[in-house]
Amino acid sequence: MSTAQANRFARSLWVTDGASGDLIPLLQSAQNSYGYVPEHAMEAIAGITGISVSEIYGVVTFYKQFRLTPRGRYIIKVCNGTACHVNGSSMLESTLEDVLGIRRGETDADQLFTLESVNCIGCCSLAPVVMINDETHGNLTPRKLTTLLKRMQREARTEAKEASDA
Amino acid sequence: MRRLCVGTATCGVAAGAGKVLEHLKTLQGEDGLDLEVTETGCIGLCFNEPLVEVREDGKRLLYGNVTPEFAERLARGDTDPEYLIRRDDEADRDGVLPRQHRIALRRCGNIDPGSLDDYRSTGGYEALEKVLTGMSPEEVIEVVSASGLRGRGGGGFPTGRKWGLAAASEADHKYVICNADEGDPGAFMDRSLLEGDPFSILEGMAICAYAIGADAGIIYCRAEYPKALVRLREAIVMAEEAGWVGDDLLGTDFSFHVKIKEGAGAFVCGEETALMASIEGKRGMPKFRPPYPAVKGLWGLPTNINNVETLANIPWIIKEGPEAFSSLGTEDSKGTKVFALAGRIQRGGLVEVPMGMTIGELVFDVGGGVPEGRTFKAVQMGGPSGGCIPASMADLPIDYKNISATGAIMGSGGIVVLDDTTCMVDMARYFLAFTQSESCGKCTFCRIGTKRMLEILERITAGQGEEEDIERLEKLAHQIQDSSLCGLGTTAPNPVLTTIRYFREEYEAHIRDKKCPAHSCSALVRFSIDADKCTGCGLCKKTCPVDAISGDRKEAHVIDEAVCIRCGKCVATCNFDAIIKD
Repeated sequence: MSTAQANRFARSLWVTDGASGDLIPLLQSAQNSYGYVPEHAMEAIAGITGISVSEIYGVVTFYKQFRLTPRGRYIIKVCNGTACHVNGSSMLESTLEDVLGIRRGETDADQLFTLESVNCIGCCSLAPVVMINDETHGNLTPRKLTTLLKRMQREARTEAKEASDA
Repeated sequence: MRRLCVGTATCGVAAGAGKVLEHLKTLQGEDGLDLEVTETGCIGLCFNEPLVEVREDGKRLLYGNVTPEFAERLARGDTDPEYLIRRDDEADRDGVLPRQHRIALRRCGNIDPGSLDDYRSTGGYEALEKVLTGMSPEEVIEVVSASGLRGRGGGGFPTGRKWGLAAASEADHKYVICNADEGDPGAFMDRSLLEGDPFSILEGMAICAYAIGADAGIIYCRAEYPKALVRLREAIVMAEEAGWVGDDLLGTDFSFHVKIKEGAGAFVCGEETALMASIEGKRGMPKFRPPYPAVKGLWGLPTNINNVETLANIPWIIKEGPEAFSSLGTEDSKGTKVFALAGRIQRGGLVEVPMGMTIGELVFDVGGGVPEGRTFKAVQMGGPSGGCIPASMADLPIDYKNISATGAIMGSGGIVVLDDTTCMVDMARYFLAFTQSESCGKCTFCRIGTKRMLEILERITAGQGEEEDIERLEKLAHQIQDSSLCGLGTTAPNPVLTTIRYFREEYEAHIRDKKCPAHSCSALVRFSIDADKCTGCGLCKKTCPVDAISGDRKEAHVIDEAVCIRCGKCVATCNFDAIIKD
């Protein structure tokens, strides 16, 4: 974990007055900084808000947004809203599983891709939809999605190679 | 000056509007090109996205399916009748807009949501001005009551009465909460309103605060709507700078401050008491009512909670008068309602129509019906708390009373259209899987009962259903309805009960004949290739994840049933409709 991440999280700890209503924003800040909510962040939040770590853990596990393990660089969310479901979202999910070799909730060994599902991102008229980081891709077919994934994998590999060469 | 407005709501961006906008921005400032590029929200014609409107010399031309290259041609003064959707305020090409009466959505797709000037020039903040300078809080509540507006988030509780209850509570501080935790899969009107007209929500909240005597507002918005959150944050800053949010507004002693709270992903937080628990930093679990939020709400103080669409109607009602609103709609349900049309439909999008329009009019006249060659089967209304209404009831006028009588609910207005490719048992299973995973776990029947129901439905769709399963489902459903505290539990069985009520024969086909009439449940479907239609292109062979398809190039292919895992990818890939499901 980098100093930049730790600094970013620390800043959010400085601006709070420790009110219990700040618990979820603080957890969101931890997740934005680290990509997940590490144990030490929960301890730091407990120190400031006075809420026990076990209670914080209860909140973290209640909400779907929070993760307890690191995630990949690309977060792929398959929309599983009603419109996407009747337009074949399960096929997109199995395509993703086939191409990336991971299942829902998992991250690949290179920490590149994390596969998740989301209830509805409100792009129902473009169903089926997949969200990759903050970008939404609509009207997908297994073939279009495969092409997109292969391109991302190629780019990621080139980047990794360039980084190791440099 | 030529102004190009790009529709950059989330749905537009997903269709490629971001690239169009980016490209147009590079042209700005080019010599000899007097061009202004602005963003706008969603006009609701999602099936034509990305949309660009060209405004020049008082004329407006709306184009659909715009690519960056085409946008550049438009920027340079070109026109193209083939992609022209609408001219000025005339009817659009497909006739989707003339059937509508847009009150809540009046500005979406027409103004730049990032511009307070645009908002002001379209009558924005005139209602708040009117309220602060000439109306007492009681008068405001009277107007809202007289309009007949009911809560648009799903409950349908009369808004004026709700405000009256909060106003009657004595306290030093009170809260107004805007519920923007739109969680129903298949509903996206609140997202569109927040992205397309954020100031109207702030204005609606301020009017509510004045009426009930509150001084603080909180917008609880789901984190899955990043664009809406950005728009809201910008809008609050601009409104504060211009003096529409803050202390002593318009020189009166009325002060109003607004904060945003991001939801963390829990469907149950759409329920009032769970939402407030979440704002307080706790697990979002519903509490027993009474005390109602109007008496003892957030941090123990009187609180009024309205959803986004409800609040968007408020400034219009204040300005135009309650009769203008109540003259629309039916006896039971006044005004207009925004519906999100999605699923198996030709012209999906967001429409706002007077209450009382029939299901058939909405699906066929406005939405263009189901995809070609398919048969309209049912609409799913009200999301996971709602139910499926069969095609035979297409003449039913939509209002709160009529929809409740079918066993479904109005909900937030998501309408998912289903055709003969949709299996109703799978639909019930889908929704139950949703509510089961979203149950907060507080009430035993909701927590365990939905799990048991889901197991039965999974068994039926896998071809292992038993004769008594339908009765078991009904019994569990009634127990869950009777023994759950909040709306999530009491309505969770609706999708199952309505599909049993109207599509019992589909359940029986799964259980007795081990057949899925819609050819949708993979365990009950067999795939083969029509040798007459197959051109031997080899696409399906390449797509098949288990190499179950064989055949030489330009020869008809065959599927090895023993190897086939029935994933259906070959069907989605084939360009010639050659894969048979039976």
